[in-house]
Amino acid sequence: MAAQEVQPNETLASLKTESETLKTKLEEERAKLHDVELHQVAEKVEALGQFVMKTRRTLKGHGNKVLCMDWCKDKRRIVSSSQDGKVIVWDAFTTNKEHAVTMPCTWVMACAYAPSGCAVACGGLDNKCSVYPLSLDKNENLAAKKKSVAMHTNYLSACSFTNSDMQILTSSGDGTCALWDVESGQLLQSFHGHAADVLCLDLAPSETGNTFVSGGCDKKANVWDMRSGQCVQSFETHESDINSVRYYPSGDAFASGSDDATCRLYDLRADREVAIYSKESIIFGASSVDFSLSGRLLFGGYNDYTINVWDVLKGTRVSILFGHENRVSTLRVSPDGTAFCSGSWDHTLRIWA
Amino acid sequence: MQTVMSSKMATSNNIAQAKRTVQQLRVEASIERIKVSKACADLMHYCGEHAKFDPLLMGIPASENPFKDKKPCTIL
Repeated sequence: MAAQEVQPNETLASLKTESETLKTKLEEERAKLHDVELHQVAEKVEALGQFVMKTRRTLKGHGNKVLCMDWCKDKRRIVSSSQDGKVIVWDAFTTNKEHAVTMPCTWVMACAYAPSGCAVACGGLDNKCSVYPLSLDKNENLAAKKKSVAMHTNYLSACSFTNSDMQILTSSGDGTCALWDVESGQLLQSFHGHAADVLCLDLAPSETGNTFVSGGCDKKANVWDMRSGQCVQSFETHESDINSVRYYPSGDAFASGSDDATCRLYDLRADREVAIYSKESIIFGASSVDFSLSGRLLFGGYNDYTINVWDVLKGTRVSILFGHENRVSTLRVSPDGTAFCSGSWDHTLRIWA
Repeated sequence: MQTVMSSKMATSNNIAQAKRTVQQLRVEASIERIKVSKACADLMHYCGEHAKFDPLLMGIPASENPFKDKKPCTIL
């Protein structure tokens, strides 16, 4: 009996050694294929001209910091959520408020529009993600039809419908992501691997299959297989929390924004970071990032109240946008790429074009 | 006896954790990779192909962008 007994200390040590060996091997394999930098390959690409982007609409109505926003597929409606517990649906063309809901919690850190445009999801310090069907009757009390879908053991940091109204993907301060069935509230899959709060997620464009990327306080960006729950790739080059992740439109890469004041581009097929977007003068964290339709421009909202526009290929900044009077906390390009929306701790949202 | 038992549990938890880490690293180490030069060329190609359909990149006339202000009309 005793002879067959495993010596715990030896096994732990040998596993740790194997772990280190594998990490080194991973870096070596990645380095072998690192034959060039993106900006070098992009030298022959024509430089971009001057950009004139201005605030075209200002959405006022939140009573406190705007924390999150999302576009409706109709390219004109927007849902936004705030520290004061309010979730508002706006018509961005007219700036009219179409719906407003007061959540039972403050710090509604996440909100998302359903693909059909008929519902919104939101959550935050209540540790839940709830879905509100949007009624055509403006007088109807939206809170009455509320459906609790996701339950985490810490705050909800981000949520997104998958390509239908039927499933929601969530990320949480409890260190996990999860996939839920909206109708039943059932947990379909959970994703474990982050060592700290998960702050953001983004689904791969539908053509590229069932994966999503998440970023967290452990400085890692993880790519997950939605069906198996397996983490298939992991990137750890940021020096601080990753606040935002967004797929490149082709689905072959993703960008991240971090408290380390940089944005980075990771290519999934090369399995490594291929660009860093930074300047010595930028010392405040990037809170949110998104690409223009072609992927040539990367918009980054920062904690120094500005929005920096980067040439993704050349790695240079092409524009800096002023206007917000406090941190930019959220930023999304519209579905048809004609504009982008930013939300800020200054209580407003701005549409830029 | 109690402390020996719980330290054994802690050790086996650590081992379970270490095993998971090793398994995860094996998965990550085993994926197929392409050269950075090829990956970048593909990213550039995508940008090039889609540039003309990118309104924020190309700029579109105010009349076609619902967010840009149109010149006011005066009714005579």
